[in-house]
Amino acid sequence: MLERYVTAASTYAHWIDYQFLLIAVLVGFWLILAEAVMFWLIFKFRAKDGRPTQYITGEEPHQTRWITIPHLVVILCDIVIIVPAILVWYNIKQVLPPADETVRVIAQQWAWSFQQAGPDGVMDTADDIRTVGELHVKVNTTYHFELMSRDVVHSFAVPAFRLKQDALPGRTITGWFRPNRVGTYDIQCTQMCGIGHALMAGRIIVETPQAHAAWLLRNSSPGVAGQQTPPAAAMDAAMAMAEVRQ
Amino acid sequence: MSTDVQHAEPGIFRKYFFSTDHKMIAMQYLFTGMAMALIGGFFAYVFRMQLGFPNQYVPGYGIVTPGKYNALVTMHGSIMIFWVAMPVLIAAFGNFLIPLMVGCDDMAFPRINRFSYQIFLLSAVVLLSSFLVTGGPFGGAWTAYPPLSASAAFNLTPIGATLWLLAVVLEFVAFLLGGINFTVTTMNSRAPGMKMYDIPLVVWMIVLASIIFMASVGPLVAGAVMLLFDQTMSTGFYDPTRGGDPLLWQHLFWFFGHPEVYVVLLPAMGIVADVIAVFARKKIFGYKTVLYTTWAVGFLSFVVWAHHQFVAGIDPRMANIFSVTTLLISVPITEMVFLYIATLYGGSIHLDTPLLWALAFIAEFMIGGVTGIFLGSSGTDIYLHDTYFVIAHFHYTFVPIAIIAVYAGLTFWYPKMFGRMLNETLGKIHFWGTVIPFNVIFIPLFITGTAGDQRRVYSYAQFAEQSRPALQHLRTTSTIALLVMLSFQFVFLFNFVWSLRKGKSAGANPWRSNTLEWTVPSPPPHGNFAELPTVYRGPYEYGLPGRADDFFPQNVPD
Repeated sequence: MLERYVTAASTYAHWIDYQFLLIAVLVGFWLILAEAVMFWLIFKFRAKDGRPTQYITGEEPHQTRWITIPHLVVILCDIVIIVPAILVWYNIKQVLPPADETVRVIAQQWAWSFQQAGPDGVMDTADDIRTVGELHVKVNTTYHFELMSRDVVHSFAVPAFRLKQDALPGRTITGWFRPNRVGTYDIQCTQMCGIGHALMAGRIIVETPQAHAAWLLRNSSPGVAGQQTPPAAAMDAAMAMAEVRQ
Repeated sequence: MSTDVQHAEPGIFRKYFFSTDHKMIAMQYLFTGMAMALIGGFFAYVFRMQLGFPNQYVPGYGIVTPGKYNALVTMHGSIMIFWVAMPVLIAAFGNFLIPLMVGCDDMAFPRINRFSYQIFLLSAVVLLSSFLVTGGPFGGAWTAYPPLSASAAFNLTPIGATLWLLAVVLEFVAFLLGGINFTVTTMNSRAPGMKMYDIPLVVWMIVLASIIFMASVGPLVAGAVMLLFDQTMSTGFYDPTRGGDPLLWQHLFWFFGHPEVYVVLLPAMGIVADVIAVFARKKIFGYKTVLYTTWAVGFLSFVVWAHHQFVAGIDPRMANIFSVTTLLISVPITEMVFLYIATLYGGSIHLDTPLLWALAFIAEFMIGGVTGIFLGSSGTDIYLHDTYFVIAHFHYTFVPIAIIAVYAGLTFWYPKMFGRMLNETLGKIHFWGTVIPFNVIFIPLFITGTAGDQRRVYSYAQFAEQSRPALQHLRTTSTIALLVMLSFQFVFLFNFVWSLRKGKSAGANPWRSNTLEWTVPSPPPHGNFAELPTVYRGPYEYGLPGRADDFFPQNVPD
């Protein structure tokens, strides 16, 4: 259901989409039923001359069962919803499958920057690749992300991955994703982070292994990545900042 | 107190500005709340125009820059919750109704009551004054998460952020004073014979809301003082570079923030219960059950707060507990709604304007309720958190509460407040002109949220996936519907003012209702009751077999 509105490009996107569908079906049924009963009662018991009101306390057992029985079914539906909801949550947020690769995601007012290991496969060495606004990842590869913030609370959100995690200053939060569809997808900041909040966009580029290897080589010589021109978002943010200071 | 009753009419200044009469204070709260609603509505108009017609000149305002956009959404949220929903639902209805419905001459502490309004007015002035200071009003969202809210270097509103915080704290003080009054008056000043289960539901619900408010606001006041120190005295309670923790604020804020939802919901539920009983000529189905479910809601509302923080960086195991409690709270709320619907069974339903509003409340609130399940279940919240789905969801709860139920209450008690009837035709035009566009505003936002539109963003130009024309059409539709809905509010304002002088004279009990406020003249005189009433039965004895009338007022002996 969600896929009609937004691409699904990670392995757990479908888990969330199925959970969404399950809830939609169950609560949709109850909503339509309750609204239908209500409108039927309004029509059926509209004021008519000579028809007196019935005196019903709603405290006799034969009356309360009209509430109690549907209510027990509602509780049952709650359980049917909560169990898979927790399973989905558990598998996305509590379990950390072994990583093939690790990226560091650094949020700041108002840009995303990324750090990943260069061809030597080791983080924090001279050939690390640092990028601003663009994250290049390999398809069908499990990534751990280490999320941190330099200033305020941000939120790292990739709608196509169904990924969302707040970035907190002073902490490193580790999570995971496994892209399974090649393409370019938006990164959003979804936590209010100041006047440049709407400009804090990024792209995540899911590449085939060959394309990713080529990109890795192009960018791995020390110093090159640092000279990359900042993307449009960071420029706009800087300009908005200047505008305010004037 | 009782000596006050014999006093002559006070002078104009004493009467309108320094009155201790609960009805006058109720009117002060009502009109302040309505004025703030106009301001909050105007802000919604401005930022919806920016979203519907990006970067265009907004008539009556100008160009919406990112900083102004943030300030507008922050102020819209703060105003609508703290300066509209609370003063109107709790303070205006509570002050007006409680002494009249429990049968006493005034609040237990009339001077505290007056002080409460004065503090509230001051808080509104402080909030609005932030539009005049350097840097402008605070724009860090109504949740004010630090470090953004704690440091001018991050939020760029050095004075606005502090004024916002001061205004919120002053508002809390006002409602603490009010809450004490509502609770004490209801517990201690009831008419002889009025037992606990003879109290009208609206009074019960306002009292329970006040208790929930008073029990939950303490941690946030402490949190706000720490934030104030962080802002003004360079302390580091929320600053991780100096050993503080930004998550602390989130817990303190939502420990209050979620019960607050029920603080405004309960009075609305109470108003709706009373209106349904009168216009369906029907005893409330399971009065005691309604009351017990209210208690359950009140209790559970204290243990769900972290569902606002699933992806905020809290321990992920905590999400499981809060997901369960959140779905658990759907149990008593569902029960309550079922009971209200069941009340219609066997009634004699008169579709006057107040009942239309009350029924619309239930119909719309159910949509708000069921969409909450998507957000309360932790798995789907990962995706939906901080999208427009959340916005559409809570507007489907808050608009029924703060707009629809308030109109139900105002159209119902207007004759008692002002002694005249509202025009019924204008009332119905206003009803349909509000409820239909309301759905057209927020149903498209459910879709844009499902498609990934994130909140609090003045423009989607930077986001390729959100810049699709189909989504922009939905945003524009929503904005146009808002313009329609706002313009129909002038019908109500006209009806309100016109009926003050030209409306049909109401008499003491135009709706043939049971509760005590309808036994006194409309509007009630200073001191309310010429002779304090005695109560013989519950408030909802409609259609009692063997009586000529289909109603049986609480104060009429058997």
